[in-house]
Amino acid sequence: MQTKPRLLTVLDFVTAALFVLATGMVFFYAPLEAVMGQVQRVFYFHVAAGWVGMLSFLVAAIAGVVYLTSTNRKWDIVSLSAIEIGIVFAFINIVSGSIWARPIWNTWWTWDPRLTTATVMELIYAAYLMLRQGIEDPDRRARFGAVYAIVGFVSVPLTFFSARLFRTIHPIVIGTNEAGAEGDFDMTPMMLQTFMFSLLTFTFIFADLLWHRIRVGRLADKVEQLRLKTIE
Amino acid sequence: MIEVHRLIKRFSLKTVLRGLDFHVERGEFVALLGPNGAGKTTFLRILASLSRPSLGEVRIAGFRLPGQAAAVRRRLGVVSHLPLLYGDLTAEENLRFYGRMYSVPDLDGRVTEVLEMVGLASRRRDLVRTFSRGMQQRLAIGRAVLHDPDVMLFDEPHTGLDQDASAMLDTVLSEVAARGRTVVMTSHDLARAADLASRFDILSRGVIAASVQRADIAANDLLAFYRQATQEA
Amino acid sequence: MTRDTQDTVRNPLLSFSRALSAVVWKDLSAEMRSRELLSAMLVFALLVILIFNFALDLDPKTRQESTITAGVLWVIFTFAGTLGLNRSMAVEKDRGCIDGLLLAPVDRSAIYFGKTIANLVFMLIVEIIVLPIYSLLYNVNLFQPGLLLVTLLGSVGYVAVGTLLATMAVQARTRDVLLPILLFPVVLPIVLGAVKASGGFLDGIEMAEIRPWLNLLVVYDIIFIAIAFMVFDFVVEE
Repeated sequence: MQTKPRLLTVLDFVTAALFVLATGMVFFYAPLEAVMGQVQRVFYFHVAAGWVGMLSFLVAAIAGVVYLTSTNRKWDIVSLSAIEIGIVFAFINIVSGSIWARPIWNTWWTWDPRLTTATVMELIYAAYLMLRQGIEDPDRRARFGAVYAIVGFVSVPLTFFSARLFRTIHPIVIGTNEAGAEGDFDMTPMMLQTFMFSLLTFTFIFADLLWHRIRVGRLADKVEQLRLKTIE
Repeated sequence: MIEVHRLIKRFSLKTVLRGLDFHVERGEFVALLGPNGAGKTTFLRILASLSRPSLGEVRIAGFRLPGQAAAVRRRLGVVSHLPLLYGDLTAEENLRFYGRMYSVPDLDGRVTEVLEMVGLASRRRDLVRTFSRGMQQRLAIGRAVLHDPDVMLFDEPHTGLDQDASAMLDTVLSEVAARGRTVVMTSHDLARAADLASRFDILSRGVIAASVQRADIAANDLLAFYRQATQEA
Repeated sequence: MTRDTQDTVRNPLLSFSRALSAVVWKDLSAEMRSRELLSAMLVFALLVILIFNFALDLDPKTRQESTITAGVLWVIFTFAGTLGLNRSMAVEKDRGCIDGLLLAPVDRSAIYFGKTIANLVFMLIVEIIVLPIYSLLYNVNLFQPGLLLVTLLGSVGYVAVGTLLATMAVQARTRDVLLPILLFPVVLPIVLGAVKASGGFLDGIEMAEIRPWLNLLVVYDIIFIAIAFMVFDFVVEE
């Protein structure tokens, strides 16, 4: 526990290498998009960050279910760690999206379903952190956190669907596009490769950060336990 | 009636009960004494099925906790330092409500009977909000015996009561206990406990550190016994 | 063992429904006596109408846009709803009554559904009073069957999640501010669906266009009642 696992160090280096490579691909390998120009390059990391956000919240909800059935504290740390990472990546997703939207949609922000859902998601997980902060007893904090991680995650698709019933202008990357989505484009094979590689890279970043965060959480627990022991 | 074997209660960061053993025969009245933070309330909440044991075996009236909690709850009456009553309901309505939760047969007759027993028959139609602390606590005892439980748990029942109210409460408590019921009471008031209990158990650092029958100890020696037990452990 | 307790041992459904109705009855009779919760919700609702009247410059002579009417109504319901939910669970927490409920030999879901039904009744009472007042003040007829159905469907989902989250919120240190923060982002689909559907009914648009919103409300209600039913144990038990 105290010493850093070898595998984690390996993962650190692999992740760093992948990230350098992915950045290179985004700027030098992927061709310039004809209509949108350079700003389109935001797209690769924008979608990848959004993917990590969703993945984190999914992991958190699953860890929540496992915690409630096992009451093993490890899973509470997993859930919290995933949500903290998810909040950061969902934020990167929103900010990078705004940077792209400014020249393409001619606005920083619209209340499109995806943007609405992303915002609501950030609010849900901010509320999650506030809920945890308001509870002293660690066991209760873990139980309530797990319940809210589940409730919040289940509400996300419903929020998306309800916002979707309004007309959308956001381009759909995978699947068919409705007519009228501005900023839509067809990916060339090289773009698709860059895109997939970005997704892979960000998934590695997620795994690496999650592992580090869980280690920190368990060490913090150990510190707290030792502190309580010395008080006794 | 109550059998606890190697009970451990771990919260995520600290262990409160560390392999506690505890046996109570039918009809015994056990006072559970101990300093603050010794785990008295935690232990009583486990017996009351409000908190799950981390490890170890807990049986009440032959039923296991937490597995057979519903069967245990049907045989258990709990009086805590909070009255667990609704201020905006009358005394009678409070009892009727709990009676329905426990599916008490012949509820009307039973409510009248219980109200008379705790000396509140004349106030039955008054809101609990208007009751003094002592009256609320007596009604709380009425609530706890409504379904005629075999085992009763009292968690610091005298908290916040003055001398007169405490004395009156004692009368009701001993009446409740006298009907062959098994009672476990936590308290840090040694004098009160000495009046009521038939056995004294000292809980210290998560285990029963000492136990003595009332018959085997003079009332004056109880304090010395308590001090010795809490320091040794 | 008497005949009656044998009954309940043999028929868990009977003891479930008895406990559920006991909880509902208890909440309603306590409220009928004190009227604390309903009066707070109602006065608050009227104040919100007053504030919107000036903030949005609502004029009873000109017919309001139906989305504004529906929007104002649902802002009133969601905000007044949190007042009621907080109060209803705080009563259980403050006097330790929640322990009293948990000590009873009944399924925890009977407690959850009892509290949810009682909260739903309070919310519906407020709505039944607010709707005619709003109709009167702004000269719109809000007593249409479709609109009442939307109000019911929306309130069911709102209260189902709200009761679960309020049970958590009252156990936190920051409880008074916590409930809306927990609840609003999660009930957004309800508010969206209810506003759109009621707006649709007010405009008299075709049923085919309103139906997706009604479906959304029904799906939300079912999903969240099911989830709350499954996780409520973990919110009250240690």
